[in-house]
Amino acid sequence: MATVVADIAERDAPVERLARIWGTPPGLLGTLTSVDHKTIGIRYLVTAFAFLLLGGLEAGAMRAQLTHGDTHWLSPEAYNQFFTMHGVTMLFLYASPVLSGFSNYLWPLMIGARDMAYPRVNALSYWTYLLAGLLIYASVLVGQSPDGGWFAYVPMTGAAYSPGRNIDFYTVGLTFLGFSTTVGAVNFIGTFFCMKAPGMSVNRLPVILWGTLSSSIAAVVFVPALTVACVLLYLDRHVHTHFFDAATGGQPMLWQHLFWIFGHPWVYIVVLPAIGIASDIIPTFCRRPLAGYTFVTLSTIATIMLGSGVWVHHMFATGLPQMSTSFFSAASMTISLTSGVSVFAWLATIWYGRPQFTVPFLFMCGFIILFVIGGVNGVMTASVPFDQQLHDSYFVVAHLHYVLLGMNLFPVMGAFYYWIPKMTGRMLSERIGRWVFWLMFIGANLTFFPMHITGMLGMPRRIYTYASGLGWDTSNLVITIGAATFAAAVLLFLIDVVRSRFVGPLAGANPWDAPTLEWSVSSPPPPYNFAVIPTVRSPYPLWESRLGERPASVLDAGPALDDGRETIGTDALDGIPVAVLQMPEDSPWPLLLAIALAWVSLALVFAAWSWALIGVGLTAASMIGWLAPAAMRPVRAESAGSDERVPTTRGPL
Amino acid sequence: MTASHAQPIGASRDAEHASGRWAMRLVITTEACFFGYLLFSYWYLAAFATRWPPSDAQVSLHLSLPNTGILLASSALLIWAESGIRNGRIGQLRTGLALTTVLGAVFVGVQFVEWSRLTVTPSGSLWGSLFFTITGFHVAHVCVGLLMLLVVQLGAWRGAFTARRHGYVSNVGLYWHFVDVVWLAVFTSLYLVPVLNR
Amino acid sequence: MSGSPSIFAPAGVGAGQIASLGWLLTIIAAAVVVIVGGLLIAALARPRRDRSHEVMRGTEPASATRWIIVGGLVVPACVLVGTFVATVLTGRAVAAPPTPPVATIEVTAHRWWWEIRYRGATADQSVLTANEIHVPVGGAVRIDLASEDVIHSFWVPQLAAKTDLIPGQTNTMWIEARTAGVYRGECAEYCGLQHAQMNFVVVAESPAAFAAWLAHQREPSVAPTDSLALEGRAGFAGHQCAACHAIEGTTSLGRIGPDLTHLASRRMIGAGLLENTPANLERWVVDAPSFKPGVGMPAEPIPLAGRPAVIAYLESLR
Repeated sequence: MATVVADIAERDAPVERLARIWGTPPGLLGTLTSVDHKTIGIRYLVTAFAFLLLGGLEAGAMRAQLTHGDTHWLSPEAYNQFFTMHGVTMLFLYASPVLSGFSNYLWPLMIGARDMAYPRVNALSYWTYLLAGLLIYASVLVGQSPDGGWFAYVPMTGAAYSPGRNIDFYTVGLTFLGFSTTVGAVNFIGTFFCMKAPGMSVNRLPVILWGTLSSSIAAVVFVPALTVACVLLYLDRHVHTHFFDAATGGQPMLWQHLFWIFGHPWVYIVVLPAIGIASDIIPTFCRRPLAGYTFVTLSTIATIMLGSGVWVHHMFATGLPQMSTSFFSAASMTISLTSGVSVFAWLATIWYGRPQFTVPFLFMCGFIILFVIGGVNGVMTASVPFDQQLHDSYFVVAHLHYVLLGMNLFPVMGAFYYWIPKMTGRMLSERIGRWVFWLMFIGANLTFFPMHITGMLGMPRRIYTYASGLGWDTSNLVITIGAATFAAAVLLFLIDVVRSRFVGPLAGANPWDAPTLEWSVSSPPPPYNFAVIPTVRSPYPLWESRLGERPASVLDAGPALDDGRETIGTDALDGIPVAVLQMPEDSPWPLLLAIALAWVSLALVFAAWSWALIGVGLTAASMIGWLAPAAMRPVRAESAGSDERVPTTRGPL
Repeated sequence: MTASHAQPIGASRDAEHASGRWAMRLVITTEACFFGYLLFSYWYLAAFATRWPPSDAQVSLHLSLPNTGILLASSALLIWAESGIRNGRIGQLRTGLALTTVLGAVFVGVQFVEWSRLTVTPSGSLWGSLFFTITGFHVAHVCVGLLMLLVVQLGAWRGAFTARRHGYVSNVGLYWHFVDVVWLAVFTSLYLVPVLNR
Repeated sequence: MSGSPSIFAPAGVGAGQIASLGWLLTIIAAAVVVIVGGLLIAALARPRRDRSHEVMRGTEPASATRWIIVGGLVVPACVLVGTFVATVLTGRAVAAPPTPPVATIEVTAHRWWWEIRYRGATADQSVLTANEIHVPVGGAVRIDLASEDVIHSFWVPQLAAKTDLIPGQTNTMWIEARTAGVYRGECAEYCGLQHAQMNFVVVAESPAAFAAWLAHQREPSVAPTDSLALEGRAGFAGHQCAACHAIEGTTSLGRIGPDLTHLASRRMIGAGLLENTPANLERWVVDAPSFKPGVGMPAEPIPLAGRPAVIAYLESLR
């Protein structure tokens, strides 16, 4: 077994060679073939934000209709498509991809690596996400957007009651998107276990790593449930199978089980990375390490494990036996314990720290408050008899928006203000940012708090209109005012982002004096991330000397690994170097495979079987074109001897 | 770049792309869960039926039991092929891969023969829907495996694998064994249990 | 019926039990928000001797761990044990009615109306109506829930929790009204275009009034006596209303739409959409889709001259 030998260099040594090796050529070809995780991460962020805006417009249409009772401006067909697309867009096309964007951009920079474990799979996960989102929105062009709700219960979404293409866009679109989520998750898990810098054991990782790891494992295990549900529904609709057909032995409840076995973990998937972000940003602005790091990481893992066993709480009104509902009620309440641990860890960090009221920190404070409100109204819905009143009323709309805005959007907004300077090299505006925060915080509460009231006053969900005089009118007016306030905040944020590109002050490498590795490189980082691979010995490498510890991390000297696109592979838990990994060059195959899959998907939406079959052929050809060459490359003769550099075979992914 | 010095930075493993194995493990995990949910659907619908298997179910071990043996044998041959390349015996690798592929193709063929002999259809009844969907997805996964075996065989013939570098063979092997295990679960649920309950 | 169908204005035994649980949970929730919010504000605003921005030296105070365990685990766990016990006790209390049911109603949901059948001792003792349920105050009523198309949900917030109507299975619930009144019922599971306008009415009245109502509903339709209504009955057949609607005691036996035998005795039409007045009835009959796009009842362009007769006939069906 040969020992890997590498050239050790100083960080400040010339880097033109590295820049040439890792840089993406300019122009269209470079754009379409790039596998740079930073490029892919920014693409995810921009695309997810665009879908956030679309989802917001859909919400705006709904609010315009519901501000007053007896409004029939939107037809029921249109309204039902708006609320379905709002849910699908926000939950699938914004909430998870935006976190993938941050994780993709940040992970290698945080763990001292030059790229993710599978750079081409990374590109594939983005292109399939973009194409799946475009496919779902292509439904607008034919006026048949999904209209069965984001949860698409059968029998209503079966062929008999949904004869158009609406639900086909849904089933095929989500299956295609599930492919993107799954390959992205595989990339994160592989990176977590293989790509950490030397010395970076798992207890030295920023918490976003733990959050995204938990989400990724959950995605691998639970996305197939949605895939199976969509496949069975598609077959029922087009091949006339009987899975959900009550008259011939099928079970409508099977859909609900499959959907929620996926759907409940999904809501943790879209928040755990963001909660991790909060655990990373709060310490920076409290000028001290996170209190209870071990508690927080354990509670992240516990949340996803518990969250796998509570799906029936979405089905409390379906007539299940009390023994079963009581079990799921208890399990659902137990999850608030893991949240409680994290909340008190943050409170302790703030209490024992020196809070700095920057815009990112304001968003973290807002996050904590909205998190707690969403958590407690969740406990209210976890109680079976009370849920049987609250279920399918606006109370649940209040709950879900408090947890999603609280635990996804607010950390994301803080993350934008925190890390956009790293990405672009320019600061956003603290002044505008404060306006964005307060408008967003006030707007969120004005919009969603009254929904607790209307729900308790008997207003059901998913209604395109309501009669005046039921006591819901005033609340709905306040809700719309809140929504307008919230929209103003988003607009102001957009203005800030655009403005800062031109006039924002230069950020420098570490404008926040933050402790983690991404702040040790320039803003924006060079294409190779690190001129030399660092050795890490604590969770806060840039603060070591000031925390009173003996500085042990080595950041300014390390292996240069500039003989091709190389980075270090380490073992799963302890960061012990194991191999020098050859990373792939830019490649067109991810885009080609994504296009082939989009072809198949589009053909399936329109039930065009021959076209679908052609698409399957194209898919197979793309996969073979991508993966086969590496598997068939003859091996050069290897020399023995322990002084030899022995890089690995080039990985295909 | 001027190097200040060269230094060993850690032992290198079998020069395999270790991260590729994680990818295959994870793909297998997600696909195993896919089949898990398919079989969950089968058992859920069976549990709520008035009688199971229903009267129109056409379950027989005549083809499926030998076919199971064929698939198991193909896995055994693949293990034999892998042990060959681990010890540097390329001929054993090539032979083993070829035989595995042939047996895998026979499995697919027998499955098609069984389907053609059935009179139920996917749209004709719930049992037909379940049977064809589940066995159909399994056959699809076998076909993907056959494609992977063909590619790896081409590689074996071109000298892509040595005793120290045969990660692709191991990973394809992992996938093939997974397809085998899934078949055991499908066979037990769809064939063995109904026949034993008769 | 006035005011909101609020779950905190219970008029039924089940809703009352659940409202008590709801108050407990709401108070606990509010307290947690106030306490944690207060801790956050205190943590942010507490006076600090050292106002520098420098990174803080030193290890984590042991009290931080204590706070995390006590505040984040121990106290919430105790509270949750309490909420779970309250949950289970309330669940048991509402699982069965306090007294044996005095009537059984079979509710079948359709897109987008409610078929109501009171089970009788014999077939001709049963009552078929639509979108309006009567119950005796102080008496429990068992409700069997079924659907023949998609999933719906039966929800009368002031009387009881909701239960879904799922094709292929029959769910059972019960309600017992404590206070006389007219209560709003809603569909609470998205069921398509007119999910928003699939409402119904529950009338809780004295046991004597309930018995009288039931007895009257059992009778076949009132035969019209005045000529206008008679003319209207002919018009009813002529405009093919009988293809969908049944009127007991006549040849109209359609089962696709609501039974109209005692239409005029109902408070609302169109599934809780419009007050049952002659003017509304006329507008509904002539163009139901304009009120409820997608409704199964097509527009029926009865010429102006013919309308008073048809409406007079329908109004006679008390």
